[in-house]
Amino acid sequence: MKRNIKWLLMACVMVLAAPVHAALTIEITGGAGNQIPVAIVPFAAENTQAQSISGIVAADLTRSGLFRMVDTAGVQPQPHDPAEVRYPDWKSRNAEALVIGGMTPRPDGKIDVRFRLMDVVKQSQLAGFSYTIAPAQLRATAHKIADVIYEKLTGDVGVFSTQIAYIVKEGKRFELQVADADGYGAQTVMASQEPILSPAWSPDGEKLAYVSFEKKKPIIYVQALKTGARQALASFKGSNSAPAWSPDGRKLAIVLTRDGRSQLYLINADGGNLQRWSDSAGIDTEPDFSPDGKWIIFTSDRGGSPQIYRMPAVGGAGQRITFEGSYNVSPQFSPDGKSFVFIQRNGVQFHVAVQDFATGQVQVLTDTPQDEAPSYAPNGKMVIYATEINRRGVLAAVSSDGRVKQRLSVQAGDVREPAWGPLLKNQ
Amino acid sequence: MNKLFLSAILLGMLSACASTSDKGQGAASVEDKSLGQKSAGASTQGAQQQGVAMDPLKDPSNILSKRSVYFDYDSYSVKGEYKPMVEAHAQYLKQNSKAKAFVQGNADERGSREYNLALGQKRAESVRKVMNVLGVSDSQIETVSFGEEKPKAEGRDEASWAQNRRADIVYQGE
Repeated sequence: MKRNIKWLLMACVMVLAAPVHAALTIEITGGAGNQIPVAIVPFAAENTQAQSISGIVAADLTRSGLFRMVDTAGVQPQPHDPAEVRYPDWKSRNAEALVIGGMTPRPDGKIDVRFRLMDVVKQSQLAGFSYTIAPAQLRATAHKIADVIYEKLTGDVGVFSTQIAYIVKEGKRFELQVADADGYGAQTVMASQEPILSPAWSPDGEKLAYVSFEKKKPIIYVQALKTGARQALASFKGSNSAPAWSPDGRKLAIVLTRDGRSQLYLINADGGNLQRWSDSAGIDTEPDFSPDGKWIIFTSDRGGSPQIYRMPAVGGAGQRITFEGSYNVSPQFSPDGKSFVFIQRNGVQFHVAVQDFATGQVQVLTDTPQDEAPSYAPNGKMVIYATEINRRGVLAAVSSDGRVKQRLSVQAGDVREPAWGPLLKNQ
Repeated sequence: MNKLFLSAILLGMLSACASTSDKGQGAASVEDKSLGQKSAGASTQGAQQQGVAMDPLKDPSNILSKRSVYFDYDSYSVKGEYKPMVEAHAQYLKQNSKAKAFVQGNADERGSREYNLALGQKRAESVRKVMNVLGVSDSQIETVSFGEEKPKAEGRDEASWAQNRRADIVYQGE
């Protein structure tokens, strides 16, 4: 009997990293007003590979909403090296930038990939890189190329090489998954028959903190993505939830009810040195650190309705910072620390909104009615969030100016609780 | 604990409740309280009478078989109509010192999951406080929240949401 129970528990909570077949598909539902026209010529010998590298680059750039792909068909011969480029061909197609490149399979099974980004107007090279990769790194390399193009043409860092974490609920099964920012390569990090909530990336992108109900109550776990090793970070009496990493990755802000109400606490990333952080007469929850680590913003109903407050990370009194409406929750700092994104209730609808710290000005970014859990891309240009379409939970993304909109969905089940991962070094 | 003392504490608790609740918990709540005490007493007797034949916690004719407290939107105050039931469970816990109860708070699906988790916790805490005032020790009650994660009703209408704004009393081993 005892052994049966043990097996049952193991079956309930599987910690694994299995590939998922139902990939996220991304649909673009809006675009920027001024899209940069880019021509991407199919790379030399790219048809020797299962996936078209130029196609992946084009899909990345298109999805950002900031670029318009210029048709390359009809230009003969197709250029792969600067010497082969005839600029009038591209000027007549109104392309401002041109991407060319090629692939050379090596005897050791690896592939040499080279690409160049050309300025059609100035007739000069903007960037050029070459990589030696294993065939399995083809998508990752395409994302790196897209990041270079994005940065050269917009001046902002690209986020095509980042990942997103999210929860899928299918029937009574919950899965914490991680996928590439384009929805490919989804992996199940953790699966359970009980709810999973609030995934939060460590700043180095190597771990996820999350809330799991697998022991019939909310407990915070930290799990390493490479090894799958995990530990219970906070398992105190009552509820343990809302983990948020400090920018240096050494501490987490968490919410505990061990002293009664939901209040903010600080805990070391190894689970030690628990300190109570807030002491208010109401609910304090959903903490988020400022990028410089000096402030936290959080949701509190101490004033009678849920509103967003800011307090110094060294502790002290919280100061209310939202005043429009009676329900403002789920705040997250923008990566530059100058604004924050949050959920605002307007009537019976819940929208993603951004508030500027300096001016206090609020801009509502979405028109979907049931938005939750906004999370900034690490370049601050997009916000991913959970919403509902035809009563199904889907993820959506909106540019921080509200113009570009994307929808991400899986084939079956509800997707929710997105968290956009950090920019990774060594990429 | 004599009845007078109990009443004094109850009165104190209810006024505290009224000061934190959204609206309309004024004079009427005094009436609720005395009603609650009577029913609590009655149900305890019932439990004792039928204890041999049937577990009072499962006997459908016993108030102890009722476990759910329902709340208004964005509210966490225990409404008067649920006080007799909560008080009966308080009496049961006092008479059965080895019994341990979990109070599980829930919220409807609208809005933030984490805020709803906190709201569910606050609802569970409200129920615990009523029991504390009646003399139940914290060692016999643990409050937890399921937030909006375990809805009883799956619909997207007020009737379903009202079902999900709830705290359940569950005994250990059930």
